[in-house]
Amino acid sequence: MTAQDWIAIASIITAGLTMAIGSIGPALAEGRAVSSALEAMSRQPDSSNNITRTLFVGLAMVESTAIYCLVIALILLFANPLLP
Amino acid sequence: MQPFPKELFHLGPFVVTDTMLGAMLLSICLLGVLRFAMLNRSARESLELTYEVLERSIVETTNTDVRALVPLVLTLWLFIGAANLVGLLPGLASPTRDLSLAAALAVISFGAGHVYALRQRGLGYLKRYIEPSPFLLPFNVIGEVSRTLALALRLFGNMLSGALVSAIFLYLAGLLIPVPLMLLSALTAVVQAYIFGVLTLVFAASSLESAERQPILSKGETS
Repeated sequence: MTAQDWIAIASIITAGLTMAIGSIGPALAEGRAVSSALEAMSRQPDSSNNITRTLFVGLAMVESTAIYCLVIALILLFANPLLP
Repeated sequence: MQPFPKELFHLGPFVVTDTMLGAMLLSICLLGVLRFAMLNRSARESLELTYEVLERSIVETTNTDVRALVPLVLTLWLFIGAANLVGLLPGLASPTRDLSLAAALAVISFGAGHVYALRQRGLGYLKRYIEPSPFLLPFNVIGEVSRTLALALRLFGNMLSGALVSAIFLYLAGLLIPVPLMLLSALTAVVQAYIFGVLTLVFAASSLESAERQPILSKGETS
């Protein structure tokens, strides 16, 4: 096998690992955020509008780490700088 | 459906992609529809009513006076929402799946936040960058830039991943299988448009609030 093949194999495996490991953290964080938001909403149904709004913004912030991983995986798969 | 932006033709040194054409056509369509709606009396009144309700709900949620930013935020909601939802129509792809458009929108949001803060506070606003000490200037700048980068990447990544996932499912499984995924991406489209506008607002307001909070904190420390 040539060096190109090895780079391709390494890129594919790394892209998979990037998504697999990179989505653990955001998944746990989003679960915690949603569960505490639900708790807060059940305790104070009056402010559920405000909580939902903040929850969505917070979820988007948490999710952006997973999106970074996705972007890196996509770069490795489709726009790899090491492969011609 | 094309998950990646495609080059259509060259116009001198510029490459015209389908994203550019799509974004331009979409903005022309939106402008035309709204212009047409403004001519009709009842449509105009309902639009004005909607604007006032949205403005009130936006101003109520923030502590600072953000009325100057409301038109920008509503425009971002309308444009990004329409651009995201266009991808659900057959044969069309959403322009926001291109990093160029997402980055341009993020730069607009960054610039608008700073212009708004400078107008509100004057040049003293820039002091925020050298607080709490001038040594932290690079970190403050990095924080500001990475926030804008995250704004662009979030929109781009969400829209591209939606298009990519439905394209892969269409390729593997065939007709009508990606429909549930497209329903999910319709939800994502609306939520991402909402979040982009809200984050523009939150970043602009939070930089002002942190500039306001500084003296209160130092007062608390001395007492």
